[in-house]
Amino acid sequence: MSTPAAFLALEQASTVAGKVDLIGGTLLAVSLVVVAGLLAVNLYFIVRYRRGSPAPRPPLQISPGKLEAAWTTGTTLVFLGFFFWGAQLFVRMERPPPGATTIDVAARQWMWDFRQPNGRREFDTLHVPVGVPVRLRMTSEDVIHSFYAPSLRVKQDVVPGKTVSLWFQVTKAGTFTLFCSEFCGSKHAAMVGQIVAEPADRYAAWLAAGNPGSIARRGPALFVRYGCAGCHSPGGSVRAPPLERVYGSEVPVAGGGFVHADEAYLTDSILLPEKVVVAGYQPLMPSFQGVIPPGDLVELVAYLKTLGSASPPPARP
Amino acid sequence: MNTLPPLAAPPRAEPDYLRRDRSLRSWLCTHDHKRIGVLFLFTLTGFFLLGAIAAAGMRYALLSPQGNLVVSDLYNRLFTMHGVIMIWFFLVPSIPTVFGNFILPMAIGAPDVAFPRLNLASWYVFLAGGVLVLTAIGAGGVDTGWTFYTPYSSTYANGYVMLMASGVFVTGFSSIFTGLNFIVTVHRRRAPGMTWFRLPLFVWAIYATSIILVLATPVLAITLFLMALERGFGVGVFDPRIGGDPLLFQHLFWFYSHPAVYIMILPGMGVVSELLTCFSRKPIFGYRVMAFAILAIAGLGFLVWGHHMFVSSESLYAGLVFSLLSFLVSVPSAIKVFSWTATLHRGSIRLQAPMLYGLGFVALFTIGGLTGVALATLPLDVHLHGTYFVVAHFHYIMVGGMLMAYMGALHYWWPKMTGRLYHDWLARISALTIFLGFNLTFFPQFVLGYLGMPRRYAIYPPEFHTLNVLSTAGASVLGVGYLLPLFYLSWSFFRGRPAGPNPWGATGLEWRTASPPPKDNFEETPVVTEGPYAYRPEEAAP
Repeated sequence: MSTPAAFLALEQASTVAGKVDLIGGTLLAVSLVVVAGLLAVNLYFIVRYRRGSPAPRPPLQISPGKLEAAWTTGTTLVFLGFFFWGAQLFVRMERPPPGATTIDVAARQWMWDFRQPNGRREFDTLHVPVGVPVRLRMTSEDVIHSFYAPSLRVKQDVVPGKTVSLWFQVTKAGTFTLFCSEFCGSKHAAMVGQIVAEPADRYAAWLAAGNPGSIARRGPALFVRYGCAGCHSPGGSVRAPPLERVYGSEVPVAGGGFVHADEAYLTDSILLPEKVVVAGYQPLMPSFQGVIPPGDLVELVAYLKTLGSASPPPARP
Repeated sequence: MNTLPPLAAPPRAEPDYLRRDRSLRSWLCTHDHKRIGVLFLFTLTGFFLLGAIAAAGMRYALLSPQGNLVVSDLYNRLFTMHGVIMIWFFLVPSIPTVFGNFILPMAIGAPDVAFPRLNLASWYVFLAGGVLVLTAIGAGGVDTGWTFYTPYSSTYANGYVMLMASGVFVTGFSSIFTGLNFIVTVHRRRAPGMTWFRLPLFVWAIYATSIILVLATPVLAITLFLMALERGFGVGVFDPRIGGDPLLFQHLFWFYSHPAVYIMILPGMGVVSELLTCFSRKPIFGYRVMAFAILAIAGLGFLVWGHHMFVSSESLYAGLVFSLLSFLVSVPSAIKVFSWTATLHRGSIRLQAPMLYGLGFVALFTIGGLTGVALATLPLDVHLHGTYFVVAHFHYIMVGGMLMAYMGALHYWWPKMTGRLYHDWLARISALTIFLGFNLTFFPQFVLGYLGMPRRYAIYPPEFHTLNVLSTAGASVLGVGYLLPLFYLSWSFFRGRPAGPNPWGATGLEWRTASPPPKDNFEETPVVTEGPYAYRPEEAAP
């Protein structure tokens, strides 16, 4: 795909790259016309009306108000055009398509820690399939980082204390640079990685070859280590809701109503247990914010999902 | 009172403000707005040189992709030093404290500002903040960047974050004092006949800037205070590990720091309106619209802070609203550019040094503004945020815009301040050198940003090498351009030809008194009978 910005020689390797460059290229062209026009007019005035030139200088015939109204309206309309063009593309870039492959990302000083859907873990190198939407579910373990892949034209700050998401669909096989673009300390400039995009079948083979097994395989151990089992297992010391078949169900909530038990609900219930309390239980559970590192949290939630679900997990955008 | 004054008083009975009393004490305890302006001029020149040295260090380091000229930690400290000093110790105070102080009271026909003691206090508070910041830098520096993003600054950063932040905190009071002073001065001390719509646009710009200073600076103070509470005492405000929200810091910080962008550019717009009218002998095109555009920018400027946070994980809808508002705030800026151009039409134009700076401002500000529109466009910002494109964009506004205007103001009002002329051709050469050096430094950075080079990188992939070398080459040209005025202006101060009251034939009230002016500015209070730009190009033509 060729666009006005192609001469800048930055690869277009995602489904949005060409669209982003088209807006950028158009804006660049409009800007060049404006700058060249202003330059020409200014130079013409400077030369023609230089001090001592014989050019006549009668008062202006048209009212200044009309000129002002014209360039105010014109500028506003052009700007609104770019706003709406950008806004509609941005909305599409923000919302991952259904059925995207989800990869968990933990950022920390100074590395990228990736977990593929089957639990295969890699650092600073991210394997993704070509032609398949990939959704990154990201969190940071310390300061703010930012996931930036110039060739894909995507960027998302990775913020501690919350889970953020980013999606892209790579259009061609290759290796693309990954930068951290939010200053994160001494080795910020070394927090550089790469995205290796491979055809879907080769990606699947790569995935199967490396440490097979489930992301949830450490779950039972973590469930015990963090003390979850003490209350949430049958015969626990404190009465707590059982977790079998919770994932995907509609959980009755204290104070009335139901909440859909998706991944966000499970994560929130571990980190912010008082936010939503299950009907019929006391808000006794302590917060595990800062206690369970994000990497373990991912595995714990994955384990909870394996405890049976009420219905097949719905594809949520 | 038992003797009559001598009958034949010599002309110029009163010595000018510079020669009235030459003691150091008379300078350090002065309440004269002109002397305080001069004190700020010297102080800011010092800080500018320090900030420039930090920039030179960074450009030198970036000559090599390996960054092997300085270690990363030193580089990180250099860009923090550069940002903190240039923003809070040069750009924010620059035109308001130097030329606002020196010129504004004269431009409205007043003998001084409303609160002369508060004015002096502003300089001392500024110095106190400066000493704290310089101590922090001398002790080992800070590597957070001027933005102090949490939780890095509050929990993880080593270095003298508290000292640096307290310096910025203290300096904020100087901003508030000066802003408050100018607001009251413009309201209460205008000369007879100086109605609101006879105010020069420079005064309008300083007035609008002062309102922003008074309203926005307290938010910065609160933000830095909360950050210090978290860092020093573990009070959880921004760090999620102790119950805080990192994005809250960004909202608070940019609620000050985006209006601060307008604190830094509005005074420049005011200066340029004075320069273009004077050197084209034309009234400004659309005076009222220009004045309202200044107020519109000041007002809308408070509503666009979220455009620094499009990729921060603020909500999609917040992003859309902030994008729309950012486009709208660009409209009054565009109006100003068109009106400046229209002002030249049928004028009588002379390209003396201040005019070259004024025209340079218009050109570079236009490029800075258009690239700002690119950054307001959401999908483009996703790609360009945090890259050298942003660095280039705000340097086109801050250095290309504000610093050109500052240099223009310095060259325009220098004869008024010192009573002497400088070498005009040297000044023109310096203006052109700065213009060329600036573009060579920062234009390659637009390209670097589009190619994806992130900012704040001490080392970088080799494909960015050529453009970085170009940029560093440009920076050395720029440095020469900034050093030249130090020499010819110093020479002018001691040996320059006498300027007379009004060397440019300008219409402002400040030109109706002697150069340098006497202590109370005017022998008798001027009476204003017409608008600020009563230029007649047809009379200036042969």
